[in-house]
Amino acid sequence: MTDAAHDRRDDGSEHPIRPDEDLRPRADDVGQPPPPGFWRRAADSDVFYSFVRSPTAMVAAAVTILSMLACFAAPLIAPFDPFDPAQISLWDGKLPPAWAEGGRAEYLLGTDNQGRDMLSTILYGGRLSIIVGLAAVFLGMALGVMLGVISGYLGGAVDALIMRVADVQLTIPGLLLAILINGIARTMLPPESRDELAIYVVIVAIGLTDWPQFARVVRGATLVESQKEYVLAARVIGLPSWLIMLRHVLPNVLRPVLVLATIGLALAIIAEATLSFLGQGIPPTTPSLGTLIRVGNEYLFSGLWWITFFPAIALVVLVFAVNLLGDWMRDALNPKLR
Amino acid sequence: MLGFIARRLMQSLIVMAVVSAVSFSLFNFVGDPVNNMVGQDATRERREQIREALGLNDSILTQYGRFVGNMVQGDFGLSYRIKRPVDELILERLPATLELVFVSAILAMGFGIAAGVYTGIRRDSWLSRALLSGSLVGVSLPTFIIGIGLIYVFAVNLRWLPSSGRGGTVDLGWWSTSLLTADGWSSIILPAITLSLFQATMILRLVRAEMLEVMRTDFIKFARARGLGERTINFGHALKNTLVPVVTIIGLNIGNLIAFSVITETVFQWPGTGLMFIQAVDFVDVPIMAAYLVFVALLFVTINLLVDILYVAIDPRIRIGTA
Amino acid sequence: MSELLEIEGLDVEFPTRRGVVKAARGVSLNVKRGEVLGLVGESGAGKSTIGNAIIDLLEPPGRVAAGEIRFQGESLRGRSEDEMRRIRGDRIGMIFQDPQTSLNPLLTVGEQLVETIRKCLGFSEEAAQTRARELLEQVGITEPEARLRAYPHQFSGGMRQRVVIALALAGEPDLLLADEPTTALDVSIQAQILELIRRLCKDRDLGVIIVTHDIGVIAEIADRVCVMYRGEVVETGEVSQVLGAPRHEYTRSLIAAVPRPDRRLERFASVDYIEGGVKPFKRIDVRTHWLGAAVRQAAATGPAVTVEGMDLSFTLRRAILPRNRKYLKAVDDVSFEIREGESFGLVGESGSGKSTVARIIAGLYRPDAGVVRLMGRDVSTTPREPEAKAARRALQMIFQDPYSSLNARMKVLEIVAEPIRFFRLAEGEADVRRIVGDLLDHVGLGAEAALRYPHEFSGGQRQRISIARALASRPRILICDEPTSALDVSVQATILNLLRDLQDELGLTMLFISHDLPVIRQMCDRVAVMRHGRICEIAPTERLFEAPEHDYTKHLLKLMPRMDLLGAA
Repeated sequence: MTDAAHDRRDDGSEHPIRPDEDLRPRADDVGQPPPPGFWRRAADSDVFYSFVRSPTAMVAAAVTILSMLACFAAPLIAPFDPFDPAQISLWDGKLPPAWAEGGRAEYLLGTDNQGRDMLSTILYGGRLSIIVGLAAVFLGMALGVMLGVISGYLGGAVDALIMRVADVQLTIPGLLLAILINGIARTMLPPESRDELAIYVVIVAIGLTDWPQFARVVRGATLVESQKEYVLAARVIGLPSWLIMLRHVLPNVLRPVLVLATIGLALAIIAEATLSFLGQGIPPTTPSLGTLIRVGNEYLFSGLWWITFFPAIALVVLVFAVNLLGDWMRDALNPKLR
Repeated sequence: MLGFIARRLMQSLIVMAVVSAVSFSLFNFVGDPVNNMVGQDATRERREQIREALGLNDSILTQYGRFVGNMVQGDFGLSYRIKRPVDELILERLPATLELVFVSAILAMGFGIAAGVYTGIRRDSWLSRALLSGSLVGVSLPTFIIGIGLIYVFAVNLRWLPSSGRGGTVDLGWWSTSLLTADGWSSIILPAITLSLFQATMILRLVRAEMLEVMRTDFIKFARARGLGERTINFGHALKNTLVPVVTIIGLNIGNLIAFSVITETVFQWPGTGLMFIQAVDFVDVPIMAAYLVFVALLFVTINLLVDILYVAIDPRIRIGTA
Repeated sequence: MSELLEIEGLDVEFPTRRGVVKAARGVSLNVKRGEVLGLVGESGAGKSTIGNAIIDLLEPPGRVAAGEIRFQGESLRGRSEDEMRRIRGDRIGMIFQDPQTSLNPLLTVGEQLVETIRKCLGFSEEAAQTRARELLEQVGITEPEARLRAYPHQFSGGMRQRVVIALALAGEPDLLLADEPTTALDVSIQAQILELIRRLCKDRDLGVIIVTHDIGVIAEIADRVCVMYRGEVVETGEVSQVLGAPRHEYTRSLIAAVPRPDRRLERFASVDYIEGGVKPFKRIDVRTHWLGAAVRQAAATGPAVTVEGMDLSFTLRRAILPRNRKYLKAVDDVSFEIREGESFGLVGESGSGKSTVARIIAGLYRPDAGVVRLMGRDVSTTPREPEAKAARRALQMIFQDPYSSLNARMKVLEIVAEPIRFFRLAEGEADVRRIVGDLLDHVGLGAEAALRYPHEFSGGQRQRISIARALASRPRILICDEPTSALDVSVQATILNLLRDLQDELGLTMLFISHDLPVIRQMCDRVAVMRHGRICEIAPTERLFEAPEHDYTKHLLKLMPRMDLLGAA
């Protein structure tokens, strides 16, 4: 309720100095260069500039991209296939990492209780965690952005309905709701396909708890944008509402969504791991990072620390890199900070 | 002002009505209540008898009305699994959860707000940078990993603190507290830190962001132009204006503390409602799930109502309309 | 009399990634006690930077790179933050543009005043209270006792600016810096605030620097004036000399571009100096072009726009009980007609409902009551009928803010082509591109602009893009809602010239909305004066300006800045 006051623009003559505008060639200068293409513009943009000037952002992006690549390439680069019974032997179970006493060189990070290679299971598990995270965020984002734009642009009863639903949903903390949705969905599935469908259930459960955040932010941005004169101009031209929402409002409200989605990815990966840790998520037959930590936790007290430690580190590094990226993006995309 | 509070109260009631409808529908969608009462092998007549006795043959609206009526009196029926009244079970475990959440909230707010204000004012000091980097690690650490880590270090290796349970409790008649015994305190330290760490870093970051936002406003610039001192500007002008959004955030965060107490209680085998809930989900113990849902929503709505009242105290624009 | 403040050779720099921007270059000026110095210039001239540099409150990363600032004989450069803090408020006071955001919303006016008085003058709480009361009285606030206990949101805009002035004066400074102190205010309040500043300057023997873009404000209040252009002072002198007989070429073209309130001119003098090498516009022959096709279509019978008994209320406060609901009657029983090809003005202060009327006619709001007819067809009763929609297509609108009236994510080509494509007004993509190029040529941008994004253009150029977008629907009626009030005065002149040319060529009917009476006088054939949602008076422009009938019209005309200082340019 106080935001409106801060958002007022000065319509007075003197805008704060716009250095980049003053130095940029004006279109009516004689002998102007041709308009730059997409890549040139991207390389010239403030966001890119801020990116190459921030070592943290570059490292974070590198770690994020590398760990994603490594996980997606798991079938190619992992030393073992943890789902192939022929490659697993219980005799090799509970081996410590290669450098520790009793460790074997072929199992770099040791093996788990069933004799699966830790490094391989982490790569495969990470892949699952990332897929679930991405899919859940995408689901929440798609739903939230769509409802947010509709709610903000159309207003009235539609708006009231959508936002009340979001309000009610926000009274139940997301994680509890995910546990609940997940728990209910699983009881309604036939027992034989439960494990198979678990991953989809988790994606839907996390995605469904995510949408109100997106919807609220997007609705707020849409309310601001739809009062702007370019939207009014489109209405005066006589364009239909759906086209205005799609072509004019949507592209202009996506900036905060990008930040939210990045941070949301980190939270979704955590949420999946938490569900799995609580035994409500991905089953141990195709373990995600959270499942691995849960299984390993049972052996922690008997000194088999590596079964928990390595998946936990992998999870934290992944989430931290994504968070760093989101943090940088929040600052870089915030016009007020520039 | 009264109108503002009344409007919020109205909204809260609507929210509670919807949440209770959702938890009511749990009974109908999840499993067959009759099966849960008598098992698979009961005769048809016996089932029909129970249906009638439970009122399952009435219209949905009647059933919902009865559900709300019972709910208001705290009656959620019998647990499918333990066969005891749900309200009794919850009341038994409520002190454990509320004490954990209370201690964590104090920790999270105390640290979060203090560090947030500090990093907002001393933007460039090394401590600020350290706190800020640390906070990013904080939001990247899943609660259960913090818990496992703390247990491994302080309970398993150093053997300083217990790894599970609540320690000794003192029964005050209507409330059994562990905050009056020494081993109660030593038991609550690890879970409370675990639960508060994520929220504390979250609050830190939000308070700092709000502080920076306020520092950019015209009235701060004008206060500078009048030559007011840094202290006056930081604490007299900026901090007070930061309070409104921060109070909202804290309201939401207490809600999250309750959610994450499910994890903390699982990791530390803390005998609270969260642990009960997760066990209930495992066994599809619908009455407990439904009651817990309503309980969480009620807590959340109450906290938000308190937050709204705080707004009124802080912000004159709500307290007094425009002249 | 010795100088109060002297600035010599001041350079202010803003390092950016694209190099160092010099916001001020070699600026020298001085102010005496009891004197108002006006600092005038268009956007980017660096005038606000000077004020901020004086009290060392430049936005980072800005810095003073060279030069000397002497205040009462002592240098202000290289002072520590503590020393500067004792100078700010105590010896130099400052007022900012927007009274809405200059006051802390959570503290009472009294608390803010007392705190400042105690810091600057070292008074006791009680003495400070008394002083605060006196200050409020001095800035013309009635019932100061009660108002001390009020919060900023309980004051109107003009009253708030008075509080801001009281705060700036609380430490009894010798110099007052006022940065656009009246830009956010209505004309009638503007006059009162300027009067107050002038009076305080004389009574307290203050030096005042008033930073503004508005020549009218300078004419009203200043004793001497500095004209700034791109970071440099191009001319300094007595107001009567600078405005009446400007020496520098820039000042001359700037003053020529100011709309004359006292008579109507055929065209605005073109302001070559500012726009640099403006190419002669490559204009198209409207008689044979696609754009002129609508002109050749048979004109409908009846007036272009008819408004009858239009009402609209906005809900200010929703409530369950009807007696607690609050409404604002934004438009109250408004009726008028605009004849085909006529230029009709709608003038009023902010909140008078003039923009709301325009938006109702454009179909952006639905009126509670009343009828809008375009070319004789009712478009308001059943707005979703295909026929009403078709009639509406004959109407287009140009908005105020060039920075938000174009979609930043679309290229100029997409923006201008959108109506042509959507309504299939051209055959094939090649045709669309050719037409867009011609339109951009015609509004003076050049066809090459099509491939660029809006942010690459200046405010005036963006307004030309908006005009091209409006023309792309081949309108018969054009609504201009304060089309130049966010632009510099020199750019305003060129845009107004363009609008006039287009009206002549295309025979457009124009509804021109402005708060600026001189602009209205230059642009309109007939004028309606609005206040509180009602029309006070409708009259042919010249008659309205020469012989106003309604009291409010007379009042507004009296508030127009005295431009008699301006030479007979």
